[in-house]
Amino acid sequence: MNNCILEMKGIRKYFYGVKALEGVDFKIKTGEVHALIGENGAGKSTLVKILAGVYQPNAGTIIFNHKSVQFLSPQISQQAGISAIHQEATMFPELSVTENIFIGHHIRNKSNGLLSWKEMKDKTQALLNRLELDIHPDTKVKNLSVAQRHMVEVAKALSLNAKIVIMDEPTSALTIKEVEYLYKIIRKLKSENKAVIFISHKFEEIFEIADYFTVLRDGKYIGEGKMAEVTMDEIIQMVIGRNLEHRYPQIEAEQGNTILKVKNLTRIGFFKDISFELHQGEILGFFGLVGAGRTEVMQTIFGIEALTSGEVFINGKKVNIANPAEAMNYGLAYIPEDRQLQGTILKMNIKENVTLSIINKISRHFFLDKEKELKITEQYGKQIEIKASSWQQLVEDLSGGNQQKVVLAKWIATKPRILIMDEPTKGIDVATKATVHNIISELAKQGIAIILVSSELPEILGMSNNIIVMHEGAITTKFTRDKANSENIIKAAIGSILS
Amino acid sequence: MLVLPQKREFNFFIFIILIIFIISLRTPSFLDLNNFMDILNDTAILTMVAIGQLMIIVTGGIDLSVDASLALTGMSVALLNQHYPEIPLFIIILISITIGLLLGSINGLLVSQAKIPPVITTLGTMSIYRGLVFVICKGTWVSAHEMTEAFREFPRRSFLGISNLIFIALLIIVLFLIFLSLTKTGREIYGVGGNKTAAQYVGINLNKINYLAYTLCGGITGLAGFLWVARYAAAQSETAIGFNFQTIAACVVGGVSITGGSGTVIGVVLGAFFIGIVYDSLTMINVSPFWQMAIQGFIILFAIIINTIMDKRNQQLLLRKRSFNE
Amino acid sequence: MNKPKALVNKKNIFDLEKIRKINLLNILLKWEIILFFIFIAIIIVNSNLSPYFLDYNNLMNTTFNFIEKAIIALPMMLVIICGDIDISAASILALSSVFMGLASRAGVGTFGLIAVGLFTGLAAGFLNGFIITKFGIPAIAVTLGSMSLFRGIAYVILGDKAFTKYPKSFAYFGQGYIGNTMIPFELVLFIVLAIIFGIVLHKTTLGRKIFAIGNNSIAANFSGVAVNKIRLIIFTVIGFCSGLASILLTSRIGSTRPNIADGWELEIITTVVLGGVVITGGQGNIFGVIISVFIIGFLKFGMGLINIPGKVMNIVLGFLLIIAIMLPELLKRIKPKNNIK
Repeated sequence: MNNCILEMKGIRKYFYGVKALEGVDFKIKTGEVHALIGENGAGKSTLVKILAGVYQPNAGTIIFNHKSVQFLSPQISQQAGISAIHQEATMFPELSVTENIFIGHHIRNKSNGLLSWKEMKDKTQALLNRLELDIHPDTKVKNLSVAQRHMVEVAKALSLNAKIVIMDEPTSALTIKEVEYLYKIIRKLKSENKAVIFISHKFEEIFEIADYFTVLRDGKYIGEGKMAEVTMDEIIQMVIGRNLEHRYPQIEAEQGNTILKVKNLTRIGFFKDISFELHQGEILGFFGLVGAGRTEVMQTIFGIEALTSGEVFINGKKVNIANPAEAMNYGLAYIPEDRQLQGTILKMNIKENVTLSIINKISRHFFLDKEKELKITEQYGKQIEIKASSWQQLVEDLSGGNQQKVVLAKWIATKPRILIMDEPTKGIDVATKATVHNIISELAKQGIAIILVSSELPEILGMSNNIIVMHEGAITTKFTRDKANSENIIKAAIGSILS
Repeated sequence: MLVLPQKREFNFFIFIILIIFIISLRTPSFLDLNNFMDILNDTAILTMVAIGQLMIIVTGGIDLSVDASLALTGMSVALLNQHYPEIPLFIIILISITIGLLLGSINGLLVSQAKIPPVITTLGTMSIYRGLVFVICKGTWVSAHEMTEAFREFPRRSFLGISNLIFIALLIIVLFLIFLSLTKTGREIYGVGGNKTAAQYVGINLNKINYLAYTLCGGITGLAGFLWVARYAAAQSETAIGFNFQTIAACVVGGVSITGGSGTVIGVVLGAFFIGIVYDSLTMINVSPFWQMAIQGFIILFAIIINTIMDKRNQQLLLRKRSFNE
Repeated sequence: MNKPKALVNKKNIFDLEKIRKINLLNILLKWEIILFFIFIAIIIVNSNLSPYFLDYNNLMNTTFNFIEKAIIALPMMLVIICGDIDISAASILALSSVFMGLASRAGVGTFGLIAVGLFTGLAAGFLNGFIITKFGIPAIAVTLGSMSLFRGIAYVILGDKAFTKYPKSFAYFGQGYIGNTMIPFELVLFIVLAIIFGIVLHKTTLGRKIFAIGNNSIAANFSGVAVNKIRLIIFTVIGFCSGLASILLTSRIGSTRPNIADGWELEIITTVVLGGVVITGGQGNIFGVIISVFIIGFLKFGMGLINIPGKVMNIVLGFLLIIAIMLPELLKRIKPKNNIK
C-alpha cells in the first residue's frame, strides 16, 4: 500500500528578480511528522504557501491523494484537506475565538439555516479543552497573547479535520509548557493518521517531534531522510553548506573607541535589559531566531519605536533619540529588514530614493539642488555598483538585489558613524550578497561601527568580530569571533545554553 | 441564541440610563410616556439608516450619500403618490426599497469593481443623487395636501399604542441583528473589515461582500426615504440634508470602529437612541436646534478619539501582560 | 497608507525601439495634454454659446466664480498627494467667515478682519492636523467630524441670521481689480499662490518629502522624514488657505450666512483629482491642477450660460469626480504595456 498522501515534484517559483524555489521535491506520508528544515530565505515558507494555495508555482506538479491537483486558492486547498498555520497574522483580531476558528466554515442550524453559535461554541470549548487552553470561546482574539493566538490557529486546523496540517514556526512564540501541549497535539494528529508538516528553526524540537525531514537551501532541494538515522551535526551541515564559509572577506579592522553603549534597554512586551557596547571599526553580529526581538531593539535605538526604560550613550554622552531624524544627527543609520515596505519608495526613482535621507543637507535652503542630487547618486551608485539604465529609473523596476543596493547607497550617503543593518542580504542573489559583504568590510575598515542583524549563521560567523545572541527578547550570550561556532550559537539562540 | 451584549454596550446602556435620570431631575416631563414615544419615533429612521451605515463602516468603508439617496427615494415616491394616488401603499413601499437598493448598488459597484475609495465614491454620488432630487421635482415641493391620507398617515398609525414607524424600525433591528450575527454572509462582512488578507485565505469574496453592504444599506435608506417624507408630510430638494453625519455619529458613539472590523447592531441602536435623547433634551431646555450640527460633529470627534485611546490602552495592557508571563 | 503592489516584470525596459513607440503614445495620452484639449474644447463651446465669452473683461470677471475654490484646491493638492484627504475645508471657510462677522460687528477694521479670518482658518486646520497626527486617526474620519463641528459652530453663532456689515475697504479683496486693469485681485493672488505651491511641490525638499510620504509613509519615516510634522503643517496650511478663501468670498458677497460655501468640498476635491492627482496619494503635479481649475470654472460658467441650475451642475461635478478617478485606469488599458514579450 502506498500511503504517500502528497508528492510535490520539481516545484519552481520566481518572484521578481529572485528565484525562490528551483525544482524542489517533497513528499509526505499519512501519519508522519515531517520537518521542513532550512535557513531564512531557503524557501520553506514559499513551498508551504504553494501547498496552501496562496502562491501558484511557475513549474512543477503536485500529486495529492494519488491525483494531480492545482491549488488555485487557499480555499480550494483547505477544502481538499490541507490546513496551514501561516507565520503572518491570518486572524481577525476583532472577532471572538469561536468565530476565528469557524469563519469560512461556519456551522449552520439544520432546521432554519441560521448559524448555530451554541454548537460552534461547544466545539470550540471542546477543542480548547483538548489543547488544555484556558481561554473563553467568546474572548476577542485581539485580547489574546501571541502564544494564545497560535494555539487558536492550531485549534482551527483541528476543527477543519485536515489530512495535512502545516505548521510554519508554530512554536516561535510559545512557552515551554505550551510547546509541550503542542507536541501532545501533534502526536495525537499522528495517531489519527494525519500528516504534519513542521517548520522550525529549533533543531532540538525537530529531533523531539519529527519522523522524517527534508532540507532546503537557497531554494534548492538538498536532501531528506529519517530523523532516527541522522545527527544534529549532519543536519546543521546540510542546512549551512560547507562551501559558503570561504567567501567572507574577514578583514581584521582595527577597533577604536566605544562609540555606542546601550544599557538595560527595555521595551515592554518586546525585549528587556539589553546591554552592549559597539566600537569604531567593529562589526557586531546579532543572531537569534525569528521573533527574538533583534529588529525591535534596533528600531528602538534608531528612534522609530519608543523605549520603556534604559539608556543609550553615543561617544560617552547620554542621548534621547525620539525619531529617525534625530538618530541621523548622531551619526546613526538603519537599513531595515523589509526592503519594499520600509527601505525604498518603489514608485520613486533611484535618485530620489538615494538622496531622501540627506535631502536637507544637499539642498540650498529649502530648494532642491538637482545637479548635486545627480552627482551624489552617481558617486554612491557607482561605488555600490547599482545596475540600472539610468538614475531616473523607478526603483520598482529594479531587481531585488539592486533595490537593496539603493537602500545601502541611501544610508552610506548619510556618512554614518554607526551603521545598523537588519538582514541586509535577505532574499538577494549570491553575487549581490558578495558585493554587500565586501561593502560592509570596507566600511568597517574606514572606522565605521557596524551592527549586523542576520538570521544566516554563515553570514554572522563570517562577518562579525563579536557576536551577540538573543532569545525571547533577552541577550543570552556574547561571543568573540574565535570562540563562536555554528553549534554554540544555535544552542544560545534556542535558549538551551543556560539550562 | 443571540449574541450577548458585550461589555462596552452594557456600559453605554448604563450611561444612557444615567443621563436620562439626570435630565429627568431637571425636567420631570422628560420621563413622560408621550415624550418617550416621541423620542422613539424621532430616532426610528436614524436607527434604521445607521444600521445600514454600520454594515458599510464595518467593511472599512463609509457612505456619505445616505441623506441624498433618502431624499431621492422619498421624493420619487412622494411624486408617485401625488400623480398616481391610486397606487396601493405596499407597492409604494416596495418601490421605495427598490430605488434605494438601486442607488446603493451603484455605490457598491463603484467601490467594489471600479475600486474608487468609498469617501470619494459617495461624495460624488451624494451630489449626483441630491441633484437628481432637484431635477425630478423641478425645484418644487410635494406638500401634505398633495399626498394621500394613507401615505401621510402610515408612519403615525399605531397598534397597541406603538406606531408603524417604531414597528418597522424594530423589524429592521431584528432582521439585521439576525443577518449580522446569525448568517454566514453577515459574519463575512466582519471578516472583510477585520483583515482583508485573512478574509481571502478563508475564501471570502471581498468584492461581493462590499457590493452587498452598500446595496443593503441602500435598501434600508430607500425605505427610510418613504417613511421620512410621509412622517414629515413634505418632500423637497433639501430633505434630510446633513443626515449622513447623524448616522455616522450614531455608529461611532455606539462603538463602531471607524477603521472597520467591529461594531454591533445593539451598539448602533443605543448610539442612535443616545443622539435622540440629546437632541430631545436640548429642545426641552430650549436650546435652539441650530446646536444640533455642532453637537453631532463634537460627538463624532469625541467618540472616535475615545475609541482610539481605549484601543491603544488595551494594546499596552496586553503587552504588559505578555512580558510578565515570560 | 498604500502598500507597494506586486512587482511587474519589465525585462524589455532596455528595448529602445519599443520604448520610443510607447513614449509617443504615452505623451499623447498624458493626462495634462488631455486636460489641455478638454480646456480648448470648453472654450470653443462656450464662445459658441455666448459671443461675449471671449471678451477680455468678461473673461476676467468669470474668474470671480471659481478662484476662491481654486485657492483651497492648491493645498488640497498637497493633502491628497500626501495620501490624506480633508473634507472640512468648506466648513473652515464658514467658521472663518462667521468669526470675521463677529469681529466686524465688534468694530474691528479691515486689517483686523483679515487677521481674524486667517487665524481662524489656521487654528481650525491645526486642530484637524493635531488630532490626526497625535492620535493616529485617519484624516477622513477626523475631518468628517470637524466638517460637522465647524459648520455647526457657524450655525450656533448665526442661527438663521446673517452678518452683512463689513467695512467698505474690506470689499476690495473679493471685488477689486489691480490698478486700472481689469485683472481681479483674487486672480493675481491665485497666480502668486499657484507659483508658490508649484515651487514648493516640485522644487523644494518639502515637496519631495510630501511625495515620499504619499508613496510610502513607512519608508519615509524610516528615512528620517518627519512624517507627522509635515502632515500637521499641510493640514494647517489648508486651514490657513480656507481662511484666506473665506476673506475673499466674504468680501465679494459682503455677507456671512452659516451655509456659506456649502458643498464646496466636492468641487475642490473634483478639481484636484481631475487635475491628475492620484486619490491614493504619491502622484500629481501643479500644471494639471491649474488647468483643471479653469476647466471646471469655465465648464460651470458655460452651463450657467445655458441656464443650468446649480444643483444640476453638481450632478455633472459628481460624474466628473468619479470619471476622473476611473479614467486613468481605463487609459492604462489602452496604452501599450511595456512588459509585453
